[in-house]
Amino acid sequence: MKMVTLPVAYMPLVDAAPLIVAQEMGFAEAEGIALDLIAAPSWSSVRDMLAFGRVDAAHLLSPVPVAMTMGLGGVATSVSAVMVLSVNGNVIGVGRSLEDRLRAAGYGFDFADAAAAARALAAVADGPMVFGVPFPFSMHTELLRYWFERSELGQTEVEIRTVPPPLMAEALAAGDVDAFCVGEPWGSVAVDQGAGALLLPGNAIWSYAPEKVLAVRTGWAETEPHLLRRLMRAVWKAGQWLSQPEVRTAAAEILSRKAYLDMPAELIDRALHGRFTISGQAEQREVSCFVEFHKGAASFPWRSQARWMAHRLSQRHGLPSEDAMDRAAQVYRSDLFRTHMSGSEADMPGASEKLEGSIRYPTAVASQKGQLTLLPDSFFDGWVFDPDAES
Amino acid sequence: MEPALTIVVVEDDRDRAIAIVDALKSTGNHEVVVIANASGLARRIVAHAPDIVLIDIDNPTRDMLEELTLASGPLERPVAMFVSGEAGGLAKTAIEAGVSAYVVDGLSPERLKPVMDTAIARFRMVKQMRTELAETRRALEERKVIDRAKGLLIKAKGIDEDAAYALLRKTAMDQGRRVADVAEALVTASGLLR
Repeated sequence: MKMVTLPVAYMPLVDAAPLIVAQEMGFAEAEGIALDLIAAPSWSSVRDMLAFGRVDAAHLLSPVPVAMTMGLGGVATSVSAVMVLSVNGNVIGVGRSLEDRLRAAGYGFDFADAAAAARALAAVADGPMVFGVPFPFSMHTELLRYWFERSELGQTEVEIRTVPPPLMAEALAAGDVDAFCVGEPWGSVAVDQGAGALLLPGNAIWSYAPEKVLAVRTGWAETEPHLLRRLMRAVWKAGQWLSQPEVRTAAAEILSRKAYLDMPAELIDRALHGRFTISGQAEQREVSCFVEFHKGAASFPWRSQARWMAHRLSQRHGLPSEDAMDRAAQVYRSDLFRTHMSGSEADMPGASEKLEGSIRYPTAVASQKGQLTLLPDSFFDGWVFDPDAES
Repeated sequence: MEPALTIVVVEDDRDRAIAIVDALKSTGNHEVVVIANASGLARRIVAHAPDIVLIDIDNPTRDMLEELTLASGPLERPVAMFVSGEAGGLAKTAIEAGVSAYVVDGLSPERLKPVMDTAIARFRMVKQMRTELAETRRALEERKVIDRAKGLLIKAKGIDEDAAYALLRKTAMDQGRRVADVAEALVTASGLLR
């Protein structure tokens, strides 16, 4: 097999792990490809590199392909999400001022209960609260908006502003933002810099939220099916490898290298182990399923996940919801996943849609190999998303 | 004469900003404003109601500009980054040159092109200079490490400088590595053994 080099853009984050591991642990090589991993300075840059053909694949925020097909944002090239790279993995944190007020009010920072955290925040708010997020089209924004709307923060004046995570500590110190939602390791970096405390893991709001996807140009997926197949299989293997508890330390070491995240392995380790230092007072909290690369068919691009995001985006931007949901479902390519992963170890669910929010306990479902268990995907307020009822 | 365009350039480096502004002004009677990186960037840009926003592609604050493209955002005329087909080629050239541009909806290609051509040429030059600078810096760093490695060898083995370099070079060739890498390994190892 002739070795082919694929340029792939990514943001240096913990959840870029499947791409980095695919290259470093030989999963790409086994498929006859080499990944030329290009670290990008911004999400706009990742998207543009993909859209204008500088790279063939990209690590992308899960709502970006949905927003692009809805005509939101600067670029309109047709992009397909061929698999989900990671589920969950964000943290919500507050700056020093809010942290002090929450402590004074007796809040315990349990790092678990989203409704209680909202109640505590709403009680100490004085004036509008500004949250920083990495990008307007992001699961960070979606989780925050959902949490605001369906908690006691609904009555509080809140604003969401884009701040690149490396500048978040600075923005908190300058008072430009009061709180933030970022992907790891940036939450832990903020804590270590003494900028604030962590309030919630993202999965306290939605317990199985698609966070990053592997995206390719739709045209490229059609003209290069064999390359796409090799890429998807290599990345899927990397996710499977990452799901073994005993490799986490090694994975953190690989990610910490200068060429990738260029950060202490100890910081990266926190997300991979789900063991967090949440404040300057060294309080420790554990989270299960903080970031998931494999379990529960994590890589499967559910069309219903895309519909949920499209529904939320369409409501906010005043676009027709039904049309947006149909377009979105077509860019989450469960069809390509089935085609290219067939005959591999990956087990696939029988359906391509589920009722997001309806799984309360690990549940065995009909699948190709008959051994698939889906993990809970509930929202903190128990809502179940039924697209037919919403359109 | 066509009314002038308002162009915002997001740039921290003063010298670079001046060079870009001068070049842009040479293309017409445009109003060119320079804004340094800062939080609330989108709002400060909107205050100038620009027709074109230019920003270095490597600038991480670029994601703040994405807010400008939202219809419900603070700008009345949404800004898009070259969406139309005819500007597609221009967008690709711009990206390769290291500049990203946000252009107000409805700005005609005839008015956009001279400004973009100039911006692209200027940013390409800046990028080249930056690459050269990084290359020079790296070469200097490597020279330093090689000198230290030579020093270690001279001391440990009682050989002269030429012999020390020859030894480094031979080791590098035998192992299929670069002289700088062998030197770096030696310096690290000796640091550990000290």
